[in-house]
Amino acid sequence: MSADVTPGSDLAEHDDLARLEHAAAFDDPTALDHERAEAAAAADASEKRGRALTVLRRGLAESPELGRGFKITVLFAIISAIGRLTIPILVQQIIQNGLLADEGFRVGFTLTACGLAAAIVVSVSILSRITYVRLVLTSESMLRNLRVRAFGHAHALSVADHNETRRGDLTARVTSDIETIARFAQYGAVAWIVDTVVVAGTLIVMSFYSWQLALVTMLVATPILPLFRFMQRRQLKGYSIVRTRVGQTFSEISESVQGAAPIRAYGLQRRSRKRLDVAMDQQYKAEMSAARWFAFMFPLGDAFGGIALASVVMIGAWWGPGWGLDAGGLIACLFLVQLILGPIAEIGEILDQTQTAIAGWAKVLNLLDQPIDVVEPQNGTELPAGALALDIEHVGFTYRTGGPVLTDVSIAIPAGTAVAIVGETGSGKTTFAKLLTRLADPTTGVISVGGISLRDIPAASRAEHIRMVPQDGFMFDATLRENIAMGRRGATDADVEAAINELGLDDWVAGLPHGLDTEVGERGEGMSVGERQLVALARAQLADPGLLVLDEATSAVDPRTERTLTNALHRLSEGRTTVSIAHRLSTAEQADLILVFDKGVLVERGSHDELVAEGGRYAELYRSWLGNTGQS
Amino acid sequence: MAERVPGIFRRGARILSRYIRANPLAFSLSVLGAAIYAAAAVGTTVIIGRVTNTVIIPTFESGRVERGMVISAGIAILAVGLVRASTIILRRYFAAMVAFRTQRNWRRQLVATYLEVPLKYHRETPTGTLLAHADSDIVAASEVLNPLPFSIGVVTLVVFAIINLAMVDWLLMMIALLLFPGLIIINRLYTRRAELPLGDVQRRVGQVSRVAHESFDGALVVKTLGREQDEVDRLAVAADSLRESRVTLGRIRGTFEPLIEALPNLGIIALLLIGSWLVSVGRLNTGQVVQAAALFGLLAFPMRVFGYFLQELPRSVVASARLDVVIAAEREALATGGVPVLPDTPLAVRFRDVTCRHGEDPPVLEHLDLEIPAGKVVALVGATGAGKSTLCELLPRLVDPEIGVVTLGGIDLRELDPAEVRDAVALVFQETFLFNESARENVTLGEPVSDERLLEAASIAHSIDFIRALPDGWDTEIGERGITLSGGQRQRLALTRALLRRPRVLVLDDATSAVDPVIEAAILRDLRSSLATSTLVVAHRISTIELADEVAFLDGGTIVARGSHAELLSSSPDYVRLVQAYNDLSAGEIS
Repeated sequence: MSADVTPGSDLAEHDDLARLEHAAAFDDPTALDHERAEAAAAADASEKRGRALTVLRRGLAESPELGRGFKITVLFAIISAIGRLTIPILVQQIIQNGLLADEGFRVGFTLTACGLAAAIVVSVSILSRITYVRLVLTSESMLRNLRVRAFGHAHALSVADHNETRRGDLTARVTSDIETIARFAQYGAVAWIVDTVVVAGTLIVMSFYSWQLALVTMLVATPILPLFRFMQRRQLKGYSIVRTRVGQTFSEISESVQGAAPIRAYGLQRRSRKRLDVAMDQQYKAEMSAARWFAFMFPLGDAFGGIALASVVMIGAWWGPGWGLDAGGLIACLFLVQLILGPIAEIGEILDQTQTAIAGWAKVLNLLDQPIDVVEPQNGTELPAGALALDIEHVGFTYRTGGPVLTDVSIAIPAGTAVAIVGETGSGKTTFAKLLTRLADPTTGVISVGGISLRDIPAASRAEHIRMVPQDGFMFDATLRENIAMGRRGATDADVEAAINELGLDDWVAGLPHGLDTEVGERGEGMSVGERQLVALARAQLADPGLLVLDEATSAVDPRTERTLTNALHRLSEGRTTVSIAHRLSTAEQADLILVFDKGVLVERGSHDELVAEGGRYAELYRSWLGNTGQS
Repeated sequence: MAERVPGIFRRGARILSRYIRANPLAFSLSVLGAAIYAAAAVGTTVIIGRVTNTVIIPTFESGRVERGMVISAGIAILAVGLVRASTIILRRYFAAMVAFRTQRNWRRQLVATYLEVPLKYHRETPTGTLLAHADSDIVAASEVLNPLPFSIGVVTLVVFAIINLAMVDWLLMMIALLLFPGLIIINRLYTRRAELPLGDVQRRVGQVSRVAHESFDGALVVKTLGREQDEVDRLAVAADSLRESRVTLGRIRGTFEPLIEALPNLGIIALLLIGSWLVSVGRLNTGQVVQAAALFGLLAFPMRVFGYFLQELPRSVVASARLDVVIAAEREALATGGVPVLPDTPLAVRFRDVTCRHGEDPPVLEHLDLEIPAGKVVALVGATGAGKSTLCELLPRLVDPEIGVVTLGGIDLRELDPAEVRDAVALVFQETFLFNESARENVTLGEPVSDERLLEAASIAHSIDFIRALPDGWDTEIGERGITLSGGQRQRLALTRALLRRPRVLVLDDATSAVDPVIEAAILRDLRSSLATSTLVVAHRISTIELADEVAFLDGGTIVARGSHAELLSSSPDYVRLVQAYNDLSAGEIS
């Protein structure tokens, strides 16, 4: 009976504990997203209450380990319940049969009862440990597998419609959503089963002494559940306001940090200070109004403990003798009453956690249910080495959400051609490039590379022979060498150095603080945009692709890097078919073939001179460009 | 996390007393709540013992119900339960108040520091670190306040309980005296053993989310490089190590939790054994045994809270020490001496023998001399890393020279009131920082400005057309929560912001780099014709350079050549090379 006399305090401090863990979780940069996701999940959850069972069933099918875990949990729960019930029964037995027995104090009985109880307490301890560890092992490996599977599935999905929100969602799936399930598996799920068994067991034991008192206890304790839920709802709402306010404070703080230079240049310190004070005061107010619920929720157990105890004492003493209850029985009931209140309050507490976890689980399962739209061939045809021809026949593309992006595009491009794609933002030129690298499949039509339909080329061969160089050369938080080596599976240091040499990048690498061993920082932020592009080019050079799809950078690069970049690009393109999304007319000017896209339609094709002579959209673009830089 | 802090209790006491002294009333109320709670909890057991003796046993022995006694027993139990409940409210509410006020106080001090330290401080400290101080460090520094009142209550509880047991029987007290130290030791052992794995778990959760973030951020590259499986393997490693640390923690929990639950139970068994013998020899009655058993149960849990307090204390000490260091950072030197007032006309600027460096690095500017005559436009040309930005930052005193003097209207900048300097000089950066506010707010920066002046500035900066085209015109929200502007639009807005202040010295640090070349040239022409100001402009485009009265060529931290564009072209081969590179670059920017 750990804190059975004060069930409220048990819970109350449980909450402090949760806060401690929570506080530590703030070290995690995603903690805030996490909170937001949780709040959103809680909101979702209330709508989908009826679907909890469906999720459970699907979840079980996804993770069969859970079935085994469930059995262990039930075993654990029964053992815990026995442990908690031992002492009240012992107290009753000793008082009834040891002390108040007709023949006076019975030494033998008392010794036997105490010995037995001690043996039970010790073995429950040992069994608890064994079952709990098994439980943790099962649930952790289930979570680990679910996490890895969801992550793998997310990467298998098409990235064609990736954007900031989508990336954030995917990250949430394998982090915060799984963490809500983990937290539930560690506390909530166990608490559900243990609490249910303890409540049921206690009521059963109690009704042995007096079913009437068991009934009274139940009646008194029942309102705790809805009351708890009501208050918890309020509390959650309060916390969600707190989170918003915390977010505002932090956006103010980060503004004052990131805007340090303009704030000083324009003497804005006092203004920033005022705004920060307002934000911090609002945060404090929100925190205190949430604290009201936090303070009022947990004494419920103590208040109800008092009511239940008083009712049992009064009713038991008043009518007990008439019901055949004895003193020991009533005293046992006093202890038992308090055993029941803690678990009931705890169930109230974990109801919302349960919904959050189920909502999180549903999201993860939904991700796993998303069909993989780019299906890799079983026995594909490998691409040959060397420059690749392109055959595009009646290709159209429509995003799952939204209208058509490309309509009926047909063009044959001979191997070794330098193609420039020109068009305004939203003309479909980027989508066209994505289709060429099979980041998505066209909704209609066929794309063939080197005479083979893209859908029949195995992923490994595609990665080697068709290479896209995106606008922003994303890098992983590792050394430059490691980042370049990602260009081809099994690339050695010598290969990396050779690729650098072939692109004429030796001087650039030599100028870096640690050469190839320079750490590039998160997302490659330790390097400039231009340098990141150099890495993207070096990666491509390593792979030696026959088709190169380039998304030309729009942002300004310093002159020296720009020269290196132009030079490297020139060398990389040699002997390959290249398709460039051109943002500069000079790129288009030098291309063998220019494709002009407008609203998803390929409106013009031809060389620079042909198109200028034609007097269409390209000619128009060209004229405006000449107007802009006429003097240089 | 597992910190062994020397002098922990002395330092802990110091930081706690600092916190308490800042909020004495709230803290006292919260401790009062905890203390009354402790007394009421012990009171409950006393009442249960009494009720057993005076109501339950007599009733069942005699079979006669003493109505008055039964009712008063019920009322007593109910009352003490309600007292417990209300004191919990008192404690929790005011403990939260102390904690949140402490956090707000820390945050106020921190942001004051962030706003008042020299720019250099921000350049040297990553944003993430500064934000972490305001977030996790503050939480860690004040977290100890949450278990503190209850821990004080626990001490009261233990004292009450021991006294109470001693009043029942010294032999029972002895059992308690043996049991509690055992519980304390086990709790300490538990928190100590769990500390490291707990930290591991948190770190590894962070690691998993870092891998996921990075991997999905770079999803396109992962796809194009065909590295999906490598990424899955990488996450699996992180997920495995997280699972391992959770299992380790689970084992520790599995060992200690049942032990902590079992110990008081074994104590109660011992107590019942000895207690019932004492009853049989007539030294005790049944009620006293029941009361003692209830007391034992009461004490098990609070011991754990005390454990958390002990665990939090070092974290708080370390975090608050860290925050104190930040807060103690040196503030910007403010006005000195005479504070002469500058005339309301364009001001001449002179750099005399200026040397400037960042930290321990070699000087960025070395023995530099440069003059911008009043009302003239000087173009500053130089390769990346030549020190152009540093030169610009000297003017509004974002940095001070190590050696040498910068004068404004003939007066040393350091002798002027900083507010006067910032009034006279407007610096526009290449990277435009916009506040999350309306276009108007971003330009006026909270100062009352007439629409005419706004219009005038926006016309010169050529921002008026696109601002008018925004959904809500000047009142359109900009930034994270609002409209995203293009790089050129951002720069033009920043220029408007500077022009609105009618600067007597305008410094453009590559401030129109993202603006269309045609518009850029127009802006500069309008600037020349309609604004009386001395201008220093960092330029890349020939069209810009040609508009200046004079060109200063910065190389190797000093001005190596001065004159008109044409003069420099004929006299400096390095200049020719640099300008040629710029020229190639600016050829053909579309879409």
